[in-house]
Amino acid sequence: MAIREGEVQEFTLEQLKHLVSERALRGETILLNMGPQHPSTHGVLRLLVELDGETIVSVVPDIGYLHTGIEKHCESKTYTKIIPLTDRIDYLSPMSNNLAYVMAVEKLMGVEVPLRAQYIRVILTELQRIASHLVWLGTHALDIAAMSVFLYCFREREMILDIFEMVSGQRMMVSYFRVGGLWRDVPEGFEDAVRAFLKLMPSRINEYERLLKRNPLWLQRTKGVGVISPEDAIAWGVTGPSLRGSGVNYDVRKAQPYSSYDHFEFDVPLGENGDVYDRFMVRIEEMRQSLRIIDQALRRLPKGPYITPDRKVTPPPKEELAWSMEALIHHFKFWTEGFSPPPGEVYHAVESPRGEFGVYINSDGSPKPRRVHFRAPSFVNLQALPIMAKGCLVADLVAIIGSIDIVLGEVDR
Amino acid sequence: MGAVKEPVAVVAGQKTGEMGVALTTLEEALEWVAAWGRTRAMWPLLFGLACCAIEMMATQASHYDLSRFGMEIMRASPRQADLMIVAGRVSRKMAPVVRRLYDQMTEPKWVIAMGDCASTGGVFNNYAIVQGVDEIIPVDVYVSGCPPRPEGLIEGILLLHEKIRRGGIRSSR
Amino acid sequence: MSIQEVVEAVRTRFGEALQEVIEFRGETTLVVRRESLVDLCRFLRDDPACRFNFLSDLCAVDYWPERPRFAVNYHLYSLPHNLRLRVKVFLEEEDPVVPTVTGIWPTANWHEREVYDLFGIRFEGHPDLRRILLPEDWEGHPLRRDHPLVVEPVQFSFNWREIDSRKPYVRE
Ligand code: SF4
Repeated sequence: MAIREGEVQEFTLEQLKHLVSERALRGETILLNMGPQHPSTHGVLRLLVELDGETIVSVVPDIGYLHTGIEKHCESKTYTKIIPLTDRIDYLSPMSNNLAYVMAVEKLMGVEVPLRAQYIRVILTELQRIASHLVWLGTHALDIAAMSVFLYCFREREMILDIFEMVSGQRMMVSYFRVGGLWRDVPEGFEDAVRAFLKLMPSRINEYERLLKRNPLWLQRTKGVGVISPEDAIAWGVTGPSLRGSGVNYDVRKAQPYSSYDHFEFDVPLGENGDVYDRFMVRIEEMRQSLRIIDQALRRLPKGPYITPDRKVTPPPKEELAWSMEALIHHFKFWTEGFSPPPGEVYHAVESPRGEFGVYINSDGSPKPRRVHFRAPSFVNLQALPIMAKGCLVADLVAIIGSIDIVLGEVDR
Repeated sequence: MGAVKEPVAVVAGQKTGEMGVALTTLEEALEWVAAWGRTRAMWPLLFGLACCAIEMMATQASHYDLSRFGMEIMRASPRQADLMIVAGRVSRKMAPVVRRLYDQMTEPKWVIAMGDCASTGGVFNNYAIVQGVDEIIPVDVYVSGCPPRPEGLIEGILLLHEKIRRGGIRSSR
Repeated sequence: MSIQEVVEAVRTRFGEALQEVIEFRGETTLVVRRESLVDLCRFLRDDPACRFNFLSDLCAVDYWPERPRFAVNYHLYSLPHNLRLRVKVFLEEEDPVVPTVTGIWPTANWHEREVYDLFGIRFEGHPDLRRILLPEDWEGHPLRRDHPLVVEPVQFSFNWREIDSRKPYVRE
């Protein structure tokens, strides 16, 4: 399809008649376009806002400006080669995406993962959760004009990225988990690096909290703003901290534990009012709980293999290629053709920093999937934006968008 | 190694890129001043598309500190910006918007394509993604990587500074 | 509550309309007829034995070239009972229409728009069935399996020139 220069998609009022109120048609309220290039929409979100004075009457999100066709792309790749694509869906938490995807394939293949790999997966996904919440906190605070928090948050995030770089060689797009385990064992010095981080972080979290929690400006901008009731939140499929901010206790890690999350003790923080402030407090508390999980996992980190010995889903070890013809053939077959799961379909969900991240795989028995679908939490959570924003002031809109913590890569996939 | 020993002053001049200029004519003097002005305070457009935008934010934030190059102010309005960092993949739906933003920027203006997606389409050779942002707007510097490290972006910016310095006053880009 | 009891409850209530029950890797799939989909979903949500009050996900699958060609999956979750269930409807290529479930779970709204956008499956009774991810004037439905993925050939050194000459660069 050719690109028509300078032709930005426009809507006529006729097309949107059923989405705005009657008064907009009579010209009593203002229709305002926001985005797709706007500093506080966290990417390329476009909103059509209907305003009565300064009060929001309705919000109509228009998404798809980052549609990447990842689901289609997956159909043309073998199961192993899809892993790097999953990184790029929710680019603030590649580890969680990797985890959801490889666990879905493991379910499909019926593979057991060694305990060491499971524990390392837990450590890394929890580090990722903290990193993601740090970016959220920094940008969210920046939107509500608290500049310094942004600088602090990115300082700590660099420590986590250094750990990721240590294990995988990349700062962001890690692709570290493999079907059946991990790419490699964690390098020497990994445990020390994580310990150093664990030691430093609690005081830093207290610092962020002190900066904001009792700050009168912050309270005015967040308390009682963007409220969503528990019933609405469930009906609209909201998950993650946005749901727990309304007081609904649903966390996939607790409800349906995966990757041995049931071995660790942690609490699920809950809010009460379902406003921006509660969602903020839930995420801050979640960071502390993540530290708790990492600490336990690190203490009890078992020795052993880091990937399953099942040769169906793993390539043979490099040393074996030197003397074994079979291993060489297997290596070649594995990387060119891939492995073939039995026909069938599975759905596996994990708790990503934004909520329930699910992967649906439909296999036709060939080395490439028939269909891969990602249940992206941001996509669903964003749907609840019009409900949260109704009746708020237009300035609160950025606070509300920030508080549901959307990642546009995941919304549009 | 038969390297010729150069005078220290010239080496220092090459390093900073300004002392070696001999001010012979008025035009050259003006050019030097213009390049100096253009490179010392570039205002990038605050405009993130995808994953690369997070690395761009990391570049601005405390650890890498882009303000060392006079670029700490990101302008949210294209009319106040003179550098567009296309950070991320450009979808077919977004392409006209990017083009319009570029058209709205005032001359002189420059473009950095940050990341593989903006440069060539990257891993996404499919129906939804524009195969390189150079299909819709002219690009000055391509930065490779998926995502490029902050150091990579900084190098791209320094390269662009170099290009501007060599460009002269009358070339708008 | 266990998933077997849910399946039994549905079987006694709907009988014929429940075409098949599939067990695979510990997941249960109910294949149902299109006509009774909405009733069945409402029953699953409201019946005290089921209480599937949370629609996790909704997606379509293209089985091309097999027939029936399309299937729509509803991934349900029950918060009170902590159970997961998949409901599946098969659709023929000539008539890709399903009744909407937005009246039961409002969250289905965008999911259904996405399926409409990418597969061209229409949802009867949907309040706002527009394209969601692709531009309004896009032609075709890219996630159908007979739609090509790649729109641009990959450039190698031997064909670089030729492809490059066709590329729509902006040249000033
Ligand atoms: S180059 Fe990589 S990191 Fe950058 S936008 Fe593309 S996929 Fe994301």
